[in-house]
Amino acid sequence: MADDKFDTIVVGAGPAGCACAYVLAREGKNVLLVERGDSAGAKNVSGGRLYTYALEMIEPGMYQRAPLQRKIVREQIMLLGERTATTIDYFDPSFGKKIPQSYSVVRAKLDEWFASEAEAKGAMLAAGVVVDGVVEENGRIVGIRTGEEEMRADVVVAADGINSLIARRAGLFPDVEGHAVGVGVKETIELPDSVISSRFAVKDDEGAARVAIGCTDGISGGAFLYTNQGSVSLGIVFNPEQAAKQGRHIHEILQDFKMHPAILALIDGGTTVEYGAHLVPEIGYRGIPEKLHREGMVVVGDAARFGINTGLIIRGMDLAIVSGLAAAQAILGTSSLDEVGPLYMRKLEELMLLGEERAYQNFHRIFEIPRVFREVPKIANEAMQFLFTVNGQIPTPMVHGLIDVVRRNVTLGQIVADSWKAYRSL
Amino acid sequence: MSIKRLSPEEALALNKFSVDEGHPHIVIDKAICARCSDRACLVVCPARLYRLKDGQISFEFAGCLECGTCRVMCSEGGVTSWNYPRASFGVTYRGS
Repeated sequence: MADDKFDTIVVGAGPAGCACAYVLAREGKNVLLVERGDSAGAKNVSGGRLYTYALEMIEPGMYQRAPLQRKIVREQIMLLGERTATTIDYFDPSFGKKIPQSYSVVRAKLDEWFASEAEAKGAMLAAGVVVDGVVEENGRIVGIRTGEEEMRADVVVAADGINSLIARRAGLFPDVEGHAVGVGVKETIELPDSVISSRFAVKDDEGAARVAIGCTDGISGGAFLYTNQGSVSLGIVFNPEQAAKQGRHIHEILQDFKMHPAILALIDGGTTVEYGAHLVPEIGYRGIPEKLHREGMVVVGDAARFGINTGLIIRGMDLAIVSGLAAAQAILGTSSLDEVGPLYMRKLEELMLLGEERAYQNFHRIFEIPRVFREVPKIANEAMQFLFTVNGQIPTPMVHGLIDVVRRNVTLGQIVADSWKAYRSL
Repeated sequence: MSIKRLSPEEALALNKFSVDEGHPHIVIDKAICARCSDRACLVVCPARLYRLKDGQISFEFAGCLECGTCRVMCSEGGVTSWNYPRASFGVTYRGS
């Protein structure tokens, strides 16, 4: 039945899938965008912050139509002690000028909007449809299976997220491994906008993005806090292998973080309205599967495990959008179906996605230094306490006092080893 | 209401779920789980749906956040089947 055949079927209406479907439909392709949630975004959770440049690559000015939350003008790093906190706050209004660099986002809103943009360009959106597998004929992927139904296309784009059942069922790569992912847990906490703006010292359309370490019981991982319109997103991303080795449940550790006096002061009076969890690709370039395409299929976004995490910059959605664009350009750029996959890889290079990934390829090793997550924030806070304490006693000479703080927490050997490892990773 | 510690049950009660009664999308084999010494699922499932009852691992699929952590961290293969819930079932996020 030729009528039933699409040029492209995109599985998953997240940022990668929507970007791909949008560009293909805009260029006149017959696209089916399949989403398992009742609406796009209904199954998604992210921190989340979107770096705007990616939307601008799809179409200049597109970000102005998007339901973005607050443009980020404060970048904050928090080092937590048991009841103390040291915060570095970088305020830069130029991040909010002209085309703002990044925005906080709520996925239920962002993804639904993005899918509707693709629809407006002519893509067919099928929400509430779970894809069970792929249809393979003569060594090619020729479509998808959902229940009893088959739907066919020249190319299937696997944009189905980190668990990518589709890419695995197409035999592209094995399941993601524990060391290569983070498990994120998050509470969405409603607060009046005026309260958010005053607590974070921002204007009503501006916001703060905060990362925190010292709140994971020593597990490799860190917390995040993003200000939205009328809510804040508060969560922690853990290395699941390390989390598994200690006894406390990760939900419990999130509760401790939420109730930390320095955090509570920011969210007090708020109401938790949702609790979400999601896996994130965590080791960047080295986590990307070798094969991201086969006959009739390309893999994009989280499914391809694109991610960059420097501890300060945490990226996924922008890379997803760029990879969706790369897939669309590859499909549009050749009339030979066998060329789509190799062209997709070249487009990933041309659009600089893989180059960016490579630039940070050793970064995740910093997070293998165990002391980063317990001793480093502890030292920072003990040093601050020493420096700011006035009690009418003759103080320890400053240099001695600071050396004492360091010695209480780490050995000289650890400092040398950790510094070397950090240097090698950067 | 103000900010307070939430138990996993209290946190999950905030979410919108549609439970596909009688059709668990994740299936575990308790015999395999009985031989497992890691039992990572007990601490890494964000919804805390894996519990120890009388020394046996039990799993409740209602309340699943569909993250995949249990599958990825299952070391002995006790998670014998992991799928997304059927259409229109499972969690629906509205503000995440």
